[in-house]
Formats: sequence, structure tokens, C-alpha cells
Amino acid sequence: MNHPEKARTFTADAARTAWHDQALWFIRQKRDRAVSQVPEWEELRARAAAIKAHAMSRLDHYLELFEARATANGAVVHWAADGPELCRIVQGLLAARGVQRVVKSKSMLTEECHLNPHLEAHGIEVVDTDLGERIVQLRHEPPSHIVMPAIHLKRAEIGDLFHEKMGTRAGADDPGYLAEAARADLRGRFLGAEAGITGVNFAVAELGAVVVCTNEGNADLGTALPRLHIACMGLEKIIPRAGDLGVFLRLLARSATGQPVTAYTSHFLRPRAGAEFHIVIVDNGRSAVLAQPEFRSTLSCIRCGACMNTCPVYRRSGGHSYGFVTPGPIGSVIAPGRDAREHRTLPFASSLCGSCSDVCPVRIELHTQLLAWRRVLASRGLVSPLKLWSMAVLAWVLRDPVRFERAGWIGRRLLSALPRFLIYNPLNAWGRQRELPAPPRESFRDLYRLRMPRGPKT
Amino acid sequence: MKVGLFIPCYVDQFYPRAGLATLTLLERLGVEVEFPTAQTCCGQPMFNSGMAQLARPCAARFAAVFARYDHVVSPSGSCVAMVRHHYEELGIADPALAGLRPRVLELCEFLHDVLGVRAVQAEFPHKVGLHQSCHGLRELRLASGSERVIAPFSKVRSLLESVQGLQLVDLARPDECCGFGGTFAVGEEAVSCAMGRDRISDHQQAGAEVITGVDMSCLMHLEGLLRRSGNRIRVLHVAEILCGDRVP
Repeated sequence: MNHPEKARTFTADAARTAWHDQALWFIRQKRDRAVSQVPEWEELRARAAAIKAHAMSRLDHYLELFEARATANGAVVHWAADGPELCRIVQGLLAARGVQRVVKSKSMLTEECHLNPHLEAHGIEVVDTDLGERIVQLRHEPPSHIVMPAIHLKRAEIGDLFHEKMGTRAGADDPGYLAEAARADLRGRFLGAEAGITGVNFAVAELGAVVVCTNEGNADLGTALPRLHIACMGLEKIIPRAGDLGVFLRLLARSATGQPVTAYTSHFLRPRAGAEFHIVIVDNGRSAVLAQPEFRSTLSCIRCGACMNTCPVYRRSGGHSYGFVTPGPIGSVIAPGRDAREHRTLPFASSLCGSCSDVCPVRIELHTQLLAWRRVLASRGLVSPLKLWSMAVLAWVLRDPVRFERAGWIGRRLLSALPRFLIYNPLNAWGRQRELPAPPRESFRDLYRLRMPRGPKT
Repeated sequence: MKVGLFIPCYVDQFYPRAGLATLTLLERLGVEVEFPTAQTCCGQPMFNSGMAQLARPCAARFAAVFARYDHVVSPSGSCVAMVRHHYEELGIADPALAGLRPRVLELCEFLHDVLGVRAVQAEFPHKVGLHQSCHGLRELRLASGSERVIAPFSKVRSLLESVQGLQLVDLARPDECCGFGGTFAVGEEAVSCAMGRDRISDHQQAGAEVITGVDMSCLMHLEGLLRRSGNRIRVLHVAEILCGDRVP
């Protein structure tokens, strides 16, 4: 997976890039307006970061407390070490009850663990019920954003897709009409489903309860009728107390979409009468992150997507350019932890502007971690030899002021003297779309010496 | 008070006027300034490429050269952020370095915080767009930034507002990154240039004749795009405006 190449392809369509950038910037501005209404916003962020840091420092305790309380409530708790185990557990639960049709609300964890293809391979129909998820499912592509999975698509493209898959009028792209068509299509699937799968936004240890936030009510619809509800959660979703929800729910929707709160915040405490409630707690690499103090705070992520909306690189390269289930800054620090070689370009897919760190509602120092990953990659020999070599030469030049001065002098003379085609050669990436600075005759230190008759200080 | 002037390596070589403007401005304010010529670079290009061991000699040199000054002042938010926030991670034994780091300041920060300057004697009758370079903004906190919910302030803006005749234009996105990002500018060339063009069009729509900022690196990137497209907007380091230089 090579981010710069994918990004180059994306930006080649300048109009679409501008449209994508503006669509996400609009969400960032909505977020700004919403958070400006909360005078204690920065205090909330600090509190959230502290609660998560505390929960992660006693994760074993809170997980066991959660399991005990959930079990006492009548839920069945399962533990999955990795994605394949999650898939086996869920498929086993479904197969044992003869379930053929499943509806699923948004869950990035099940995306990460490739649950859908696993269930489909076992003959089970899985329908994603979040509208954006449904759109990308019908297109057989991964989500490009964790909150707005189909943000990369224009209305007309969705109109064409629905025309093909649901028989809407050709060329129709009215959002109301298309949403109504999806709603009608989904309603039958909700009614026919034999099991509902949901993700989990927060798992409250002291209650043994899970909280699921949606804007479409699809988690509620998908769990209200079937006799089986399976909630899948990463083990980092734990928060200690019910009172902590007052912090996180205020942060989540404002950060994600600029809403004061999600349209639906559903609390699942125990199974409905006559129904089963299963909770699968998944590790899949998370405890390994817990063991790395440098990157531990990524486990605090509440998946609001604000870092994507604000990221000037994400907005101009699209979610698919990251080649990982979670794109953007947070994805770029999680992905290399899973497979450093595969995702080695992601920590460099950032100008280190730091906007992500400042919007993050749980104060993950994202740009600092991107930088930390660059060091890890370099130490494992996973940066390009060209970069390594050029930096070694640069460092050698900069080690000695006389050498630096001579190299600068030669460089400036060459830039002045060489013909343009030699300077702006195909290897000069700077010069593809930009001019190099016009080289001055004298450097600053030359001029400084000229105006200091008593000679330079060293 | 003796101030050591740190001129970033590429400013030394390519933008000596920004360096001279900084020196002139400080001297006019009565500061005793020295430019120790044994300096080279803060080491950020290597450090941001993940090669901390290659940045270490630069940091060691910086500490040795500048330890004797009361303050070190530099016309760059990015290089100062490297020294103040990242030298600690390099694990250099020099005990002088820990004491030195907080005394290293970006030019406007030094004027505003140490000298208490609230107005400069300069005239610049032009429409100016302020590009808020990210490291100055989000690492040195030279301004409040649009992400955070805190009382708004901007040290650079307040200094520019005191310049006679200068009219600051209002940008649609007052603190979006220009896309320079050091090696990002070449490693992610396509996105970098797309970001730069978007910044330029924001300044252009706001009516800026000049784009200024605390980091010549961002301005070098924007200038490269401006010149390639034949755009007449100029770039000037903030020191060149604050010391009263005119667009030639």
C-alpha cells in the first residue's frame, strides 16, 4: 500500500478533490460551531483523556468487572483474541440457532475483522443497515470514513447505484427520494432478520451495559425484533462508570458531526424477554498496543472521525488512499502497529500540522505519534534507501559549518548557472509544480560578515 | 541581555533578507544581537524523517553554540519548536541544553513575551494575508487556533496590526496547513501542492497582495507555486514587514 501514489491518483481529479475537501471541511466547521457552545470543552477533553488513561491502566480489572456485571444481567460474554476468533464465535452463535439473515449496525471492529465476508462464506446474509455502510456494501468496497462511510461518493453516483440495485428512477438523485428508497428496502430486511449485530461505543464496567450511538436508529431496529443480539466490542471500549458517559457522549457527537448528541443513544443492559444478548470482547492487537507506552493513548480513541475531517491530507487524498480500515491520522498510527511494512508510508502521509491533535476529543497526540512511528520505521529499516541516503548526506554537510557554507555556495551557484532543464529534471519532485527559490548571491552569513567590520563571532 | 540569533539553514542560504530583517528589527529595539557563525541547522529534516541519530549532532552543536546567550531568537516557528519540544527526545547528555531550551524563542514570541512589544514603528500600505504556520501555531501556541475553545489571541497578528497602513485580510480558513511539511513537500508532492494551491486561492479571494508568516519554509513552498503559475501575490517573512521593508 503506497499512500503517495494513491493520493496522486485521487488528486489528479482536481474538481473532485476540491469537492471532497469542502464536504469534510463543512463537517469540521459544524464541529467548530458545536464545540464553541461548550465553554468547558477543553476541560471535558482533559477529563475524557484522564478517564481513558485510567481505564487502560486497570483494563484487566474493568474488563473482569464488566464481564461479571454483564453476566449477572443475563448477557453472555465471549472473548476473542483476534479477528478470526470473533468470526468463529459469531458464526457459531448464528449457525447453532439456524440463523440465515442478519442485520448489522455500524461496527468498525467487524470491518477490521472481516466479519461480513466470513459470514457470507457460510451462507449467511448480512445487511449493513447504516445508510452509508449499506451504500458501500452494495458497491462492494470498504468505507472511506469511519463515521461517514460513503463520504467519497456524490449524490448522482448513489442515485445510479440505487437505480441498479433497488430500481429507483434512472438519474434520480434527490437525497430525500433516495433515502426513502433505502428505508423501504431496509424495512423488509429488518422485519425478516433473525439476528441483529451491533458495534459498541462504550461499555460501562460498573453496569455491565453497552451503549450504541447511531443517527438512524438502526441499532434499535436491528435488535428490537430478532431473538438474538450480538454486540461486538474492542476491549478498549471500557469506561469505568455510568457517570463517565456524561463526558464522552457530550464529546462524541459534537466532534463527529457537530450535533449536540447522536439522534439515538441506546443503552443495552440485559436481554429482552425471550431473547438472547451476547457480547464479544475482541483483542485483535489491542493488548500489544497497551504494552507500548508511546502508542498506548491510541486506545483512548472513541472513533469520532474528527481527525479525518480536519486532516488536510485526508481531505485531499480520500479514505481509500490509506488502505486500512481506519483512515486518516488515527488510522496512520494504528495501521503500522498491525503491519509496519505494509503500512510504512502512512506515518509520512502527514505534514505534521498538528490539527488532528487539537481536535481530538480525547487528546491523543496524533501528530507526535506519527513522528514516533517514523522513528520506529527508520529503526526497522522500513524507510526508502533514497531517503536514508539523502538524509545521511544532509546530516554530514550540516555537521560542520565550513562544509555547510561551501555546500551552500556551490548549490546556489549551480542553481544560478545550470540550464533550466537540468534543474527541473524528472527526479526533482519539488520542481514538478513549483519553482525553486531564486538563489541569492550572498548568504545571510556572508552579509553578516560584511556588516561586522570586527570580524565574525563564532 | 545578549541574544543569539539562530538563522535556519535554508534561510541563511536562500532568504538572507529575512535574516537581515530579523537582525535589523532586534537591533532597532535596542537588543544586543550576535550571530554565531558556528551554527548550522536545528536538525529537523533528519528528525522528522525518523532519523533521530542523524539529528543528534545538529542538536549537540546548537547547544554548544548557543548555551552562553540569555535568549536565542529565530525567525522560524518550526525550528524553534524542534529545539523546544523535540530536543528532549534526542537524549543528549549536555546539561546546558535543558536550561537552554525554554530560552529559545520565535521572533514574534520574543518581541511579544520578552520585550513586551505591542506596536512596531513600521509602515506597510498593503493588503496582507497572514499564513499561520502550523508549528508556530500548534506547538509554540503563537495564537489560539480554530480547533480549541479558548480565548482568542494571536501574537503575530497583534504585531502586524500595529503596522501603519497594513490591512490584514480575512481568510475563509485562517489556520489551515499550506502543505509544506518538510520532506512531505516532496514525498507527498501531489497532496502538498494541492494544499498549497488551496491556501493561495483563499488568500487571493480575500484580496491579499502579500502573504506573510513566521516560517519562510511555508512561504518558500507557496512562493514556488505562485511563481510557477505567474501569480503576482508576493511572499514576505513577517520580520521584513515588521522592520518596515517595502515590497521592492
